[in-house]
Amino acid sequence: MSRASEPAAGHERATAAKIGELKHAPPQTFLRKHVFSVDHKVIGKQYLDLALVAVGTGMVLSWLMRFHLAWPETPIAGLGKLAPNGAAGGVITPEYYLQLMTMHGTIMVFFVLTTAPFAGFGNYFLPIQVGAEDMAFPRINMMSFWVTLVAFLVLVASLFVAEGPALSGWTAYAPLSAVGKDAGPGQGLGQTLWAVSITLFCVAQLLGSLNFITTTLDLRTKGMSLVRMPFSTWAWFITSVIGLIAFAVLMPACILLILDRVAGTSFFIPAGLVISDRLQPHAGGSPLLWQHLFWFFGHPEVYIAILPGFGIVSHILPVFARKPLLGPRVLIGCLISIAFLSYTVWGHHMFLSGMNPFSATLFSVPTLVITIPATIVTLLWIGTIYGAKLRFTTPALFCLGFVSVFVSGGISGFFLAQPSIDTYLHATYFVVAHFHFVMGVAAMFGIFAATYFWAPKMFGRMMNETLGKWHFWLTFIGVYCVFMPMHYLGLAGNVRRYSAFTDDYLKPMIPLHRFITIAALFTGAAQLIFLYNLIRTRLWGPRAPDNPWEATSLEWSTTSPPPHDNFGGHPPVVYHGPNEYGGPGAGTDYVMQASPGER
Amino acid sequence: MGKLFAVVLTVITLVSTAIFVAHTWLPVDISAHGHAIDHQLSETMTSAGVLFVVSQLALALFAWQYGDRKDGRAVKTFPGGVTPMVVLAVVLVGAEVLALTFVGSKVWAGIYQSPADPNSLQVDVQAEQFAFYFRYAGADGRFGAVHLERIDEGSGNFFGLDPANDSSARDDIVVPSLAVPVNRPVLLTMRAKDVNHAFYVPELRIQQDFVPGLVIPLHFTATQIGKHEIVCTQLCGLGHYNMRAYVEVMSQDQFDQWLKEKAAEQ
Repeated sequence: MSRASEPAAGHERATAAKIGELKHAPPQTFLRKHVFSVDHKVIGKQYLDLALVAVGTGMVLSWLMRFHLAWPETPIAGLGKLAPNGAAGGVITPEYYLQLMTMHGTIMVFFVLTTAPFAGFGNYFLPIQVGAEDMAFPRINMMSFWVTLVAFLVLVASLFVAEGPALSGWTAYAPLSAVGKDAGPGQGLGQTLWAVSITLFCVAQLLGSLNFITTTLDLRTKGMSLVRMPFSTWAWFITSVIGLIAFAVLMPACILLILDRVAGTSFFIPAGLVISDRLQPHAGGSPLLWQHLFWFFGHPEVYIAILPGFGIVSHILPVFARKPLLGPRVLIGCLISIAFLSYTVWGHHMFLSGMNPFSATLFSVPTLVITIPATIVTLLWIGTIYGAKLRFTTPALFCLGFVSVFVSGGISGFFLAQPSIDTYLHATYFVVAHFHFVMGVAAMFGIFAATYFWAPKMFGRMMNETLGKWHFWLTFIGVYCVFMPMHYLGLAGNVRRYSAFTDDYLKPMIPLHRFITIAALFTGAAQLIFLYNLIRTRLWGPRAPDNPWEATSLEWSTTSPPPHDNFGGHPPVVYHGPNEYGGPGAGTDYVMQASPGER
Repeated sequence: MGKLFAVVLTVITLVSTAIFVAHTWLPVDISAHGHAIDHQLSETMTSAGVLFVVSQLALALFAWQYGDRKDGRAVKTFPGGVTPMVVLAVVLVGAEVLALTFVGSKVWAGIYQSPADPNSLQVDVQAEQFAFYFRYAGADGRFGAVHLERIDEGSGNFFGLDPANDSSARDDIVVPSLAVPVNRPVLLTMRAKDVNHAFYVPELRIQQDFVPGLVIPLHFTATQIGKHEIVCTQLCGLGHYNMRAYVEVMSQDQFDQWLKEKAAEQ
């Protein structure tokens, strides 16, 4: 483990001279430094700030929804003024509920769960972790961010159009999403803006993925062989390969949707639809085609959201366990097989969609098989904690929390992967519980772990540990109170995407919904501790040393925060893997990747 | 801090599990195939439940035990290293996957891949924003042809029938709620007029999307007399939450009587 070795052969391409060619001078003006910057670190922080605004927006939307579900008749102060059409007098209408829900899902999936762990932290740390000075294509990188921002603004603008934003859910099933105004409120301009926003988002992600892949393959510094890359870099790399294929399918799907809406085409609309008593002037399209295209993207998207979390936890856990991650190569093998399998399972969202029922079994098998690498990864984390010397810092706690909520969310996948059980549980709150735990909460725990862990490097300042721990405990207990009861509701047949529970069999479930709402409001309020801690740290936090956590990877070999070119003109040379923890004796128990020779 | 984490996680795990176990969350099953689904669900619940409890408690136990006591002790690797762990996961989870697939696909095929009983009562179902309509063939046992351009809410022609020119359409019985005789196989032919909808009756343990442009068959047999809600589970617009009908399971005599009354009302 402590064996030093020569820099791996075969990576001469990424020599210091080559990196020198890419060197760009430090920017001088404020605009170039902080706004239109081509520096991957600034861009990474811009993505994270965007995700912070997005997650705040998405969370407020969920509060409104949860409040409405628990107390449908009670007016919400001030909402009537903000949304005179959707919530006259502060009481949310059924269509406004669906609009809030659609915006919540879209904002969270695209602009938080994809933007923060992948585009945000990936941008900031992938180049540093491979010892590069910047991304391979810095200008394209800047463009990716600005296109993402425009995509977000277009989506938010749809909140303020006359008939309100789209209401067809983040999945935008056609023909509801394709036929236009006849289908009801939100299906006019709001839905078009939704499709435009997602198309733009795809463009940004495709360019971003290309940048990540090229940077990983071509800009690794001397000695940084593939097996010496930190697990977080591996995860971002694999995620960008997934993203490249997934967004390349969603983008044309959205363009076809826009054409159906504005150009009179019929990709997703069959003949003979009578909507609002009007025979629709379309023929020849297929609603199932949209579902196949959407889920061919949609399921890999789940892994785009969660694999960076896998990488982050695998990167951070050994630091605070003070021992190497168990089975590093097994981990990478599992990540690759999950990425591969993620493209074979999309039909499990469509068991009951009207597609050939025979294919349900075919889609069910890989869905169940994907639990094998996921189980192995979980065992690797738990096995890493065995015999460790755990330091219970805030990032460590969020890693442990990640493992717990990922297990809770993954387990329910066993149920939904089986068509026979999905027959009953499909479209119930059981599904809501499943995906919130496995991709929402788990990914958020990854984001929190990453933020507390890397804040010293990004801002040069330490986050407050006491506030961090309060944030962890309230959030950890809170998310279980919010999402665990949703399993029970699902088992009782409680349908999702309902703005009110007026059915006889649903009425007895309202008290449990009230409990969930109260828990959601408290858990949401606990995030203010995080927000306060983050702002306080960035402005006044105590200065951070270069390597406060005694970690090994290259970001800890440079200053906090790193200089413009990351390593002050001296690209590092790598001698070790990232997993060199747990040495015996009283001295340091770790070897940094860039430290030459034996410990 | 590790001990606190262990205690909190253990409490969360035990309370969550207890609530699953202590209460019957599923509604009553009134279908011929439902027991197979319920059985599959409870098998999965047991195996997934064990996995859930064991992994959460292992995490809690290790967090309790392996905090840094700053006593200079060396770290320990997991007994046996990574290989037995991988083999165990592949074998155990693999066996579980195989077992669930073999049993489960049979259950699934029994509902969705098997042909309907030839003696089934056939009911045509039309879903639209935000209602279900059900059509029985009437005395001649034949359904009138559907003409989409004739669909007219105002005159109550929900299926676009043409009784003037189509004799088989004249005695079709169209009603807003479903009635079926107990223990008789029922075959629904499902159409959507406008957007996607879905047919879900929790007590019947059955769910199926309506897709515009497709006619989708769905069959089941109700085994208990009673009245239950049919709800839409595919987001279809602002009235989605309010889109519902009832299925009433009756004795054969009651059903015959009901059908006669409805025929007279047409």
